[in-house]
Amino acid sequence: MSTTVTTRPAVSVAGLRKSFGTKTVLDGIDLTVTEGTVFALLGPNGAGKTTMVRILATLLEADGGSIRVAGHDPVREADAVRAAIGLTGQFAAVDKLLTVRENLRLMADLNRLGRTEGRRRVDRLIQRFDLIESAPKPVSQLSGGQQRRVDLAMTLVGNPRLIFLDEPTTGLDPRSRVEMWQIVRELVAEGVTVFLTTQYLEEADQLADRIAVLDHGRIVAEGTPDELKRQIPGGHLVLRFADPGALRTAAAVLNVTNRDENALTLQVPSDGDIASLRAVLATLDGVHVAPDHLTIHTPDLDDVFFAFTGNPASTDEETR
Amino acid sequence: MTTLAHTLTDSRTMFRRQLLHLRRYPSLTVMLIGLPVIFLLLFVYVFGGAVGAGLGGGRDAYVDYLTPGILLFTVAGAVAGTAISVAMDMTEGIVDRFRSMAIARASVLTGHVLGSMVQIFIALFAVLGVALLIGFRPTATPLEWLAVAGVLTATSFALTWFAVALGIVADSVETASNTPMFLSLLPFLGSGFVPTDTMPTALRLFGEYQPFTPIIETLRGLLLGTGIGNSAAIALGWCAGISLLSYVWAKRKYNKRAAS
Ligand SMILES: Nc1ncnc2c1ncn2[C@@H]1O[C@H](COP(=O)(O)OP(=O)(O)O)[C@@H](O)[C@H]1O
Ligand SMILES: [Mg+2]
Repeated sequence: MSTTVTTRPAVSVAGLRKSFGTKTVLDGIDLTVTEGTVFALLGPNGAGKTTMVRILATLLEADGGSIRVAGHDPVREADAVRAAIGLTGQFAAVDKLLTVRENLRLMADLNRLGRTEGRRRVDRLIQRFDLIESAPKPVSQLSGGQQRRVDLAMTLVGNPRLIFLDEPTTGLDPRSRVEMWQIVRELVAEGVTVFLTTQYLEEADQLADRIAVLDHGRIVAEGTPDELKRQIPGGHLVLRFADPGALRTAAAVLNVTNRDENALTLQVPSDGDIASLRAVLATLDGVHVAPDHLTIHTPDLDDVFFAFTGNPASTDEETR
Repeated sequence: MTTLAHTLTDSRTMFRRQLLHLRRYPSLTVMLIGLPVIFLLLFVYVFGGAVGAGLGGGRDAYVDYLTPGILLFTVAGAVAGTAISVAMDMTEGIVDRFRSMAIARASVLTGHVLGSMVQIFIALFAVLGVALLIGFRPTATPLEWLAVAGVLTATSFALTWFAVALGIVADSVETASNTPMFLSLLPFLGSGFVPTDTMPTALRLFGEYQPFTPIIETLRGLLLGTGIGNSAAIALGWCAGISLLSYVWAKRKYNKRAAS
């Protein structure tokens, strides 16, 4: 017997379309997610991210196109897909009347893990997700960040190899967001494939191997974070100086023309990391000029959309 | 494991979930007991003397007459709780989680039905206890008691499946708490509280042909030895029909909502 080592894509989608009534939400989507990687679908509110995730997770049927999730068709082989995936939706999918431990036990039972294995896995997740104190409390009493962690822990009880995270950090405070990122990184280190959606360029940049930018139901850009960022002119430093002389000296030595004589500011392209900051300041030191003030502008979703569509990221929620 | 074994395992898991809800929130069960008990006391002590005289007895005769109808009123009130908790599941994210897992599809619904039936029987025992305290004197033999339990089980099963369907089609928890209310009216529009002969023709006809009447007549016959006739067969026919239609309706709507 021979084993062939082929990296089968965890998700592959071609020509996917979906409309609600006359409203086209997904309009010919093609994408491939390689096993063991993180794929980020980046887009503003109403872009169609949740619709995409619901179709891949067997909750919604597409109108057209071909889809394989974990090697199966989500409509005809729904149970095979369901057995392979875990879904953490945009809104907490927890039983708020039950405690944290009871919620996890419920998942263990529904994954038919058996008593001892179920208990072992639940205990491990409670520790790993820092939920020991909350374990006996009803989920309704936890903070948003904690509920999100319970939600993800429930998804992981069944040990899925492919997980969908729909806006996992929207509405979280910065600390909970960083904790969530850490958890995603650990999952990837274990070989789990992650398909996540987000409205934050920074989040996609931090986590993803590949990013696809979704706008009005179409993928307008796709690539590694570096490939995308190279095409976004948004990242820069703004340096302000005390007098026009210093401004001119700095502009000359930094070789930039984008200066504002009235505001005494200079705009220097930069991706905002410490190394490039140091380099700029060292260059200025060399000619004995120091800026009065410095601000860092990192590219955000608006810059992405401006770069790829010529429009700012527009939210497209129907008025109800 | 076979599909059947999976279905049983998953249904048992979902049943346990509902039992946890019951244990965690006993106040709901208390409320479901409270209303029929208040009605029982109200009718017996306020109207009982007068109505009982009309029945050819006194207050005690009316307790006997009223109790089967109150038992049904208890079931009808309790299934409103079922519709609410199903609607809560449907409007919160948890149902999407269940649907994205490889579990037996209907197990969530089965769990709700079994959990509600446990709750209904707790309520029935409590209400029956109060009735016995205030003078209900059934003449049923052990075998007849068993039959009473059977009729109540069949009725609860049918009405909970019906409530599950109502909970699924409701677009909000609010709607789900209102729609089953008409069920609580049905025992009044029949022989539950007073005999139908004094009612206007239209109402009397409705009362005679609506499903609760043969159920009440069967319970009354088993508990008190009044004539049953063909009521038992009609009652069980209604229960079977309602169960089947509601099950099919609930399952179809559950799957449909999954796909939209
Ligand atoms: N069940 C539905 N019926 C009708 N329109 C819907 C439905 N679900 C989503 N939409 C619409 O589809 C568009 C995309 O929604 P969604 O996928 O939730 O976007 P995102 O998750 O990117 O914010 C929105 O305009 C939304 O109003
Ligand atoms: Mg969304």
